[in-house]
Amino acid sequence: MIISVASGKGGTGKTTVATNLAFSLGKNVQIMDCDVEEPNAHLFLDPAVTETLPVVAPVPEVDPGKCTFCKKCMEICRYGAIAVVAKKVLTFEELCHSCGGCLAVCPEDAVSEKRRELGIIEKGTIREMSFIHGRLNIGQVMVPPIIKKIRTFTNHWSVNIIDAPPGTSCPVIAAMHGADFVLLVTEPTPFGLHDLTLAVEAVKLLGIPHGIVINRAGMGNDEVKRYAQNEGIDILMEIPFSKEIARVYSRGEMIVEKMPEYKQKFLDLFDRIQTLAGPVKGVVGQ
Amino acid sequence: MKIAVSSKGRDLDAPVDPRFGRAAYLVVVDTENLEFEVIDNSKNINAFKGAGINAAASISEREAKVLLTGFCGPNAFKTLEAAGIKVANDATGTVREAVQAFKDGAFSYADGANVDGHW
Repeated sequence: MIISVASGKGGTGKTTVATNLAFSLGKNVQIMDCDVEEPNAHLFLDPAVTETLPVVAPVPEVDPGKCTFCKKCMEICRYGAIAVVAKKVLTFEELCHSCGGCLAVCPEDAVSEKRRELGIIEKGTIREMSFIHGRLNIGQVMVPPIIKKIRTFTNHWSVNIIDAPPGTSCPVIAAMHGADFVLLVTEPTPFGLHDLTLAVEAVKLLGIPHGIVINRAGMGNDEVKRYAQNEGIDILMEIPFSKEIARVYSRGEMIVEKMPEYKQKFLDLFDRIQTLAGPVKGVVGQ
Repeated sequence: MKIAVSSKGRDLDAPVDPRFGRAAYLVVVDTENLEFEVIDNSKNINAFKGAGINAAASISEREAKVLLTGFCGPNAFKTLEAAGIKVANDATGTVREAVQAFKDGAFSYADGANVDGHW
C-alpha cells in the first residue's frame, strides 16, 4: 500500500504526520521522504543509512566535428538547453529534461548522451522500519527523476508512506502519482486553505482517494472544515495547536513516543485510510 | 553594422525594454541606414526556462554584432559571448536614442551577466 502525505502549503506538518503514522505502525512500513530539495524526516527518525546510490540523468554531448549546425536540436528543445550560434553548439545541462529529443533529431549522429549526477538516494532502517530518502545536489533543479528513483524502491509487501514536497507542481505529482491514498495535511488558516484547494484539485485529476488532516487545529478559523464539507472530503484527524506538541517537534522527537496517547489516534487514522482507499492496487504506475 | 536592441514596441520610437530574454520585441538595426527588422519575442516572454538563450540565438541569426539592453542573465550572456555579440546593458530611452548613443560611443561593453537567472 502506498500512502502519499501532501499538503499544498509548506510547513503544515506533512513530515510530522508521515513519521508519526509510520512509528505508530512500527513494522512492515517504509518511510519514503520525497521532499528531495529539503528532506527532513531523517532529523526525526535518525535512520542507520546502509546504502547510498547516485541518481543520474542523461544530458547531450555534441561532437563539433560531426555537427553541421542545422539547428534541429535547438528547435526541438522546449527548455533552451541546447543552442546553436555562430557555428558553435552550447549545452545548458541544468536546463535539460533528459527527453532525448536532440539525440533523435540529429541527422549527423553528432549528439551522444553523457551522464550527469542530479542527487543521491540513501536507504536505511530505523528499528523494524525501512527508510529511504533522496537529496538533490546543490545547483541542480531536476527533482522528479530523483523522486521516481526513490519510488522504484516501493515495497509492495508493506505500507509505504511518502513524505511529499509542498506545492502542486511536477515534484508533487511525482510523489502522489500511483498512490493508493493521498493524505492532505493542512492548517486552519487562509493560506492553508488556499493551497489545500490547489492540492485537492491535483489529487482529483489523478483520481486518488484522499482525506484531510488538520494540524494546529484551534488556531485560525473554520473555513477548512466548511470547504471539506462542501467538497465531501473527510477530515480524518485533527492535531491540536498545542505547546506540548510544538516542544516535542522542536526537539526532533516523535509525538507518539513522548505523548503515547497519540499512538492510537494515528492507528485510527490508518484504519480510516484503509477503509477509504479500498482494495489496494499496490502498484506504482509508469 | 547590425545591432540588436530589446524593445517594448515594433519601431525605432518604441522605448527600450530593459529585459533582454523576456523583452516584448528585439529590434535589429543597421547602424548605417537605420533600416531595421523586428523579432517578435512573445514566445520567450512566458518561457519556463531558456528565454535568454533563445533570444540570444535569434539575434545571432540576424547577424547582430552588439546588443543594447538593460539586464542580461548568465545563460544569455554565455550564448551571446559564444555568438561573438558584445553586450551593453545600460540602454535607456527609445530604440532610436539608444542606437544614436551607440553611434556616439556612449556605451561600454559588459564582461559578464549583470543579473542572476530568473531575477
